[in-house]
This record gives sequence, C-alpha cells and structure tokens, in this order.
Amino acid sequence: MSSTATKDHPQLAAIFNRDEPRVDWHDETLWWVRAKRDIAAHKLPEWELLRETASQIKNNVLSNLSSYLEQFEANAIKNGVTVHWAADAREHNQIIHKLLSDKGINRMVKSKSMLTEECHLNEYLLQQGIDVIDSDLGERIVQLAGEPPSHIVLPCIHKKKEEIGDIFHEHLGSAKGESDPKILTETARQHLREVFLTRRAALTGVNFAIAETGEIVICTNEGNADMGAHLAEIHIASMGMEKIIPQRKHLGVFLRLLTRSATGQPITTYSSHFAKPQDGKEIHIVIVDNGRSIQLGREDFRNSLKCIRCGACMNTCPVYRKSGGHSYHTAVAGPIGSILAPNLDMEKYADLPFASTLCGSCSNVCPVKIDIHDQLYKWRQVIVKAGYTPKAKTLAMKGMAFTLASPALYRAAGKMGRWTFKYAPFAVNNGANPWYKHREMPKAPEQSFGEWYAKRKDQHK
Amino acid sequence: MKVALFVPCYVDQFYPNAAIATLELLEKLGCEVHYPKNQTCCGQPMANSGYEHLTGACNNLFIGNFSGYDYIVCPSGSCTLHIKEHLHSHQNEAMAADIRKRVFELTEFLVDILRVESLDASFPYKVGLHQSCHGLRGLRISQMTELVAPPFSKPAQLLDMVKGLELVPLNRADDCCGFGGTFCVVEEAVSSKMGKDRVDDHIAHGAQYITSADLSCLMHMEGILRRQGSDVKVIHVAEILNHSIK
Repeated sequence: MSSTATKDHPQLAAIFNRDEPRVDWHDETLWWVRAKRDIAAHKLPEWELLRETASQIKNNVLSNLSSYLEQFEANAIKNGVTVHWAADAREHNQIIHKLLSDKGINRMVKSKSMLTEECHLNEYLLQQGIDVIDSDLGERIVQLAGEPPSHIVLPCIHKKKEEIGDIFHEHLGSAKGESDPKILTETARQHLREVFLTRRAALTGVNFAIAETGEIVICTNEGNADMGAHLAEIHIASMGMEKIIPQRKHLGVFLRLLTRSATGQPITTYSSHFAKPQDGKEIHIVIVDNGRSIQLGREDFRNSLKCIRCGACMNTCPVYRKSGGHSYHTAVAGPIGSILAPNLDMEKYADLPFASTLCGSCSNVCPVKIDIHDQLYKWRQVIVKAGYTPKAKTLAMKGMAFTLASPALYRAAGKMGRWTFKYAPFAVNNGANPWYKHREMPKAPEQSFGEWYAKRKDQHK
Repeated sequence: MKVALFVPCYVDQFYPNAAIATLELLEKLGCEVHYPKNQTCCGQPMANSGYEHLTGACNNLFIGNFSGYDYIVCPSGSCTLHIKEHLHSHQNEAMAADIRKRVFELTEFLVDILRVESLDASFPYKVGLHQSCHGLRGLRISQMTELVAPPFSKPAQLLDMVKGLELVPLNRADDCCGFGGTFCVVEEAVSSKMGKDRVDDHIAHGAQYITSADLSCLMHMEGILRRQGSDVKVIHVAEILNHSIK
C-alpha cells in the first residue's frame, strides 16, 4: 500500500502498462464480463424501465433519507436487533472492536463488505490484536497476498490462476504448481470451513436495508455470509447509510438489476434476509455516515449515493480495464470510485476525476442511472477551483484561454504552430512531448481552412 | 437556409480538407453556407480540464460569431456537444440558449434536418466506422451498445448511400479510442494503449480506412497508425460523403 500511496493514477497506470500482454489479458477478462452483462440485459425487454424505476426509488430514498433511517432503526429494534450509528470510519471501527472485546472475542470471520475496506477495519482490528479472515474467495486470495481488492465485485480479478496457486501453496498448503481452479477452490473450502466452525463472531456487509421491515438483505454467490452469520453467536452488519430501500416490494427491482449488471447472472445465488436474531444470539447493525452526509449535501454529486455496488461501470470503463483497480489507490476503484473518493479527500484523490476520457459508457450501464461521467466533469471543475491542480497546468490553460479569445492571436499561433511542425519538427517530436512517445504528430498542411476560405472568397468576387 | 459553418480549431489548423469537404457537401445539398471568419475554438480543451470558468471570453466570441443563422453545423460531435451543453454567457444568455438549440453535428444535420436520402458519392474501399463517444453517447447520433434499445446509426446510414463502400464489422462497436482531450497526454500510457487496441480491431477486420464524425479520435488513431507504419488511413466522414460529388 505504501508504494501506491505516493503515486497518482497516471503513474500507477503507466507501471501497469509496462506488461502489455497482461494489460490485454485484464482488458479481455473485464470485457468478457461486460459482454455477459449485455446478454443478460438484452434478455429483458423492460431493462431500461427497470433502471429508471430503480433510479427513482433511490432518488426518493435520498430525498427522505433521515426519516427512512429512523423507520428502519425503529423496526430493527422491534425485531430484537441492536442498531449503532457511526459518524465516521474511526467510530465504526471502535464500535466493532468494543462489541468483540466485550465478549472476549479475538478472531472474526468476515464476508464481503466494501464499507469495511473504506474504513480500513481489518488493519485497525489487527492492531488491536484481533484476527480477521475474509471468507469471500476472491477477498481471501487478496488478503493472503497482502493486497487490497482491485474490484468491488471481483476482488482478485487482477490475479491469474497460476498466481493464486502460488499463494495457496505458500499459505494453505496446496501442491506446488497447482492451478486447477476446482482444486484451488476445494482447498479454500476446507480452509474456510474450519474458520466458519470456530469463529464466534461474523461480520457482513449490507446490500439492502428495508425501512418498512427493519430487515437487511445480503447477496453473495458463495453463501459465505450465511455460513458465517448462522454459525457465529454475534452477527455484526456494517451498513452505509445509503443502503436503504423503502419497502420489501422494491427489492425485486434491485435484485433483478444487481447481478445482471455485475456479472450477467439473473440473480445472486444467495439473497438472504436477516430480520431477527436466533435465540441466544445477537445481530448488530452499524449504520455508517463517513462522508455520506456531506456528499448528500453536494447537489451535483448527491446521486452518487444511489450506487448499489454492482461494478458494471468498472467492467465497461476502458480506462479501468487498461489501468487496473489498484491504479485508483482507493477502496472503490473505477468510475464510481472516482466520483466518491474526492468527497472523502479532495487533495488525495484529485487525480481520479481526470482518469477518464468522459466517454460516458459508465453512465449507460449504471443500473440506477447515476450520471457518472457528468459528475467526473463537475469534480474537475471543483478540484481546479479548490487549487488541487499543478500550477503549470493552470498557467497553460490561462494562456490558452487568452489566445482562443482573440481571433488574431489564434491565427498567429496556428500559423506559428504549423510552421514549427513543418520546419522544426524536433521541437515537438521529442521525449518531452508525451503524445510523441507512442504516436506521430499530425502533419501540418500548407494552409489552414481559414486561409483557404479567404482565398476562395477572393476568387469568387 | 442560412447555415454557419463551425470549424473546430484543430480541424482548421491540421485537417482543412475535412472542413472543405463539409462546406462543399452542404453547398451541394442546397445550403447557403457562411464561415464566420473570426471563429477560434469552442472552449472544450479548457472546460474538460476543469477550467470551464476561464471560457467566458471564448463563449462570448462564439456567440458573436454564430448568432443570426438558421443552423450552425460542425464536422465534430465533440465540439458540437460542448456548445450544446456548456455555451453560457452572463451578458447574452438568451443568445447562448438560442445557439445551443441551433448547433448540429454534420451527420445528424444531414439526416434529421436535410433528410438526405441519397448521395452521389463513391468510395470503393473497406471502411471501419469509429463511433466517437461524444457524438455517440452525448448527441446520440447512433444507438449505444450498453442500452436495450433499437439500433440505428446516422453516420452509417449516410455511408450506406456511398457507392462501393463496404463497412467492416468490429469486435467492439463503440469502445473509446482514448483521445479524451488533455487525457491523451496526462494519461499517456492508458490513452495510447486504448488507441492501439481500437486501431487493431479495425485492422483485424480488413479496414482500409477508418472514418468517424470526429477528427480528434481520428487524429489520435492516425498518430498510432503512422507510428506503426500502417497503410490504413483515417478520413473524416465528410470527405467520404463528398467524394466524387463534383
């Protein structure tokens, strides 16, 4: 992590691109997932209506968030669940630590929760002497490798099966050189089974929290959330405060969209509802703000909170596919991460809204219709005005704005530019010009269109 | 019909033939075309870099140049989209709003306003059509592969009218080429890899020419093709549509 903390997206992406066959492999893998999404979406003639419906339900939630949260809390308490409120990551981590230490628990199993990645819970608990094992297969792999997830749905999509074989050989005792996915998965199953049976506490994320009933819904393909939560005596669910949906009947809209968008599956293998604790056991829900109230107050960016974490924007994003999730140096990578992260730390993540061509594919695949690429454009304006761009760039832009506001200056600059291209190409065709590294400069014509047009007009007189 | 020709700055300076083709094509289709000679740039390079607040003078110049025409036509989806979405003015907001309604990218103007149904053009080559993102997802001149909706393509519809032209299929019909304005230098590694992969798709399908409604994407791909020493050429869609209408 420390090596990525000081580098920005362009630098990390350039390192990723040193191994071109690997970039091709990463790009093709993600594109395959995007193609599966397309097939699944095109099987539903009502797809666009579903997206619009989901978008409107989430807009309603964001406009009435405080009352829905209070309704959810009241109903959850009625169900016998304990509800905690965490203003930020630190408070979230402290609440969980206290729940564990009060029971003398020092080992916990955890299913996928991007919120705990955002809060750096694992590192925090480790410092407090508590061991956390991630039970999602992909997350377990990156955890063993000592890396953060590179994708919110496919955490180890950046690793090849041979590399996973090496990690399992080192940590789980599989045969050296074994890379058969079936055998590796079985190795992980045996290892995780022991973990599920021996952990007294299980932490899960929350996909949907239903205000009307106070229940939470957790979607996994591996059933690992269920295994952990059902066997442990205490189930802690970490929930971003935007996860609310008003009523149970709305769930159908989101479950139909979620995995079709994510992987092209019609539905997750497990969509589990947790409402009441079993006798003698406890359910705790930690509702986390961590900057979400601030984002809710930013008119241009509030609807980023509609996100249901399907990852479709990452799979379709050509920049993500060709730069890898770790280049984004934040828990949630890709286009959605690039509009969420600057809210948490504008200076640290000033590079991310610029890690896009604004091609707009992300907004088109988004199942809840977040205007992601428009928000990337708007974050650029905010970041520049806040002063988080290099001074040289600001100077260059001022010069450009001055030139382009004057027809005479523009014509003179154009002429000079073309003259340089023609008679002094070394001035632009050199290592200081990033364009020239992989691309030839355009050829300069004898005359501009404006010059041609003036002559043509003279001839017509 | 009084039409103002809006020529993007980089087309004016580096690709005058695309602008000439646009002008000739519009004239042949019966438009009275004017070229406001004091035009410079739409301001997009500053705005997309986060400096939209510096584009005020550029915007006012644009409004001064392009007011009073029935339509404003531009051989670039990207510059058209920028004007449609971001042309504002403290002094003349009403005029800015009027221009935003009247500005059209060339192929959408030919299909939607002039309702062109046939062209006396010939271009006997295999051509790959690059769907430039701003024209595609911003102006919606073609259907987007992400959406569940009936397919259409205004540039392809026009290219189908050209004798001898064969459009080649692509593996990824509307993936971005990676130009992205200042993105192409700020994110040089990803940008050039994206361009390389787009070019490869066209070459693998036997394209002799790559065309588009946007020269910025073509300029990017041309830079890669020429570096590779490829025979494949780029050509603006206007140059094909105007080919041999003499």
